[in-house]
Amino acid sequence: MPIELPNAETLLARMVEQIRPDLSERTALVGIHTGGAWLARRLHRQLGIKAPLGTIDVSFYRDDYGSRGLHPRPKRSDIPFDVESADIIIVDDVLYTGRTTRAALNELFDYGRPGRVDLAVMCDRHGRELPIGARYCAFTLPQPLPASRTLRLSRDATGTLSLRLIDA
Amino acid sequence: MRNPQLNKHGELQHLLSLDGLPLSILGAILDIAAPFTEVAEREIKKLPLLRGKSVFNLFFENSTRTRTTFEIAAKRLSADVINLNVSTSSTKKGETLLDTIDNLCAMQADMFVVRHESSGAPYLIADHLHATGRDHIHVINAGDGRHAHPTQGLLDMYTIRHFKKEFHNLIVVVVGDVLHSRVARSQLAALTTLGVPEVRVVGPRTLLPTEVERMGVRVCHDMNEGLRGADVVMMLRLQNERMNGALLPSPQEYFKVWGLTPEKLALAKADAIVLHPGPMNRGVEIDSTVADGGQAVILPQVTFGIAVRMAVMSMLAGN
Repeated sequence: MPIELPNAETLLARMVEQIRPDLSERTALVGIHTGGAWLARRLHRQLGIKAPLGTIDVSFYRDDYGSRGLHPRPKRSDIPFDVESADIIIVDDVLYTGRTTRAALNELFDYGRPGRVDLAVMCDRHGRELPIGARYCAFTLPQPLPASRTLRLSRDATGTLSLRLIDA
Repeated sequence: MRNPQLNKHGELQHLLSLDGLPLSILGAILDIAAPFTEVAEREIKKLPLLRGKSVFNLFFENSTRTRTTFEIAAKRLSADVINLNVSTSSTKKGETLLDTIDNLCAMQADMFVVRHESSGAPYLIADHLHATGRDHIHVINAGDGRHAHPTQGLLDMYTIRHFKKEFHNLIVVVVGDVLHSRVARSQLAALTTLGVPEVRVVGPRTLLPTEVERMGVRVCHDMNEGLRGADVVMMLRLQNERMNGALLPSPQEYFKVWGLTPEKLALAKADAIVLHPGPMNRGVEIDSTVADGGQAVILPQVTFGIAVRMAVMSMLAGN
């Protein structure tokens, strides 16, 4: 059955409205490469967050490194604010098994001890393998996706975001 | 023929030499090293990639910088590091190299970092591991005889790319004792693979290997000519300890003709960078004014060396 995916720009606007009431002086955003970093950049601007935007690549913290090896092109993580006591929102495009979030949490704590950490995702596709949930989530798929399908955020030349389903 | 450095999937299994290493793998190591440089700026300078792995530093020849940076790299990757100063232990009692290796394998070694005065010793170990069905154990050559010092060559390439961005428009000069230098061999192999259009080697005839031109380099026996218009000047250490007999009149004479002084460096491009693998002989191959000057990138080389070694170790352990 074909799955109707909502417009990513609409979902982004929904995320902005979900997060806005909880903003404080200590709020900082950290986007997970690559889709989460795009989203975080947009959220950061639209929410007018003062702390500079952080981005992380969790390649060095993945739990499947032993079986799959190192990602061939890891990106540089960049946390340009003091993590100590900050209220951090980790931003990712899709929440699936929760393993990426676990890796991101581990990485974040190597920079310091945050005051609080929340998770914001555009889309929840079900299939959790860890006790992880998103405080902010713009869209939950009505049915879990089969493991053979990948849900991914894309960005075109104009910067417009869209959700795509890719068959393995 | 089987490439002893690659596994059956064409992935890096051991790092033995930059000669014969495909461009794709060389480039991947440099790409992967870049994000590792950021770890040094963190509160907790540790990544979990080699957690639970045992890395044995097997130094059959003395080294401070290389052994230390390998140790730091492995520790930053959370490995357990065991340093064996083999020159003062079991080999003195008559144990063969491969017996030493077998014993360490029995202690569940995952990786060997090997320095040996004999060229080819790390190859011998890699072959032995393959022949005995222990392909899950990795070998990194940390310098073998006059043959190769691949991580030094890699960190030099990383340093060049950091400061010059590209390789395809550079004039790179290697100056000094190429004959005794495993560093130079690794540098020349990497520069050629990375597509540097003009590589020059400069030095006295007695310290350049015969037929060095066959490595695709231009040979200059005049330092001024060699340095003219260069983007990168890679100085080599004069290897007193490897020299038998009278290849040179004296260190003072050498400095006069082949030492890098500010006046000679002025012949290179104004934004040329100067590299040296260390340890430096000030006043022999390099003048202090140059070594401590704004064009020297010798200390960044050391820092990048840690990231490059982290990249190599985590690539190997993941393959």
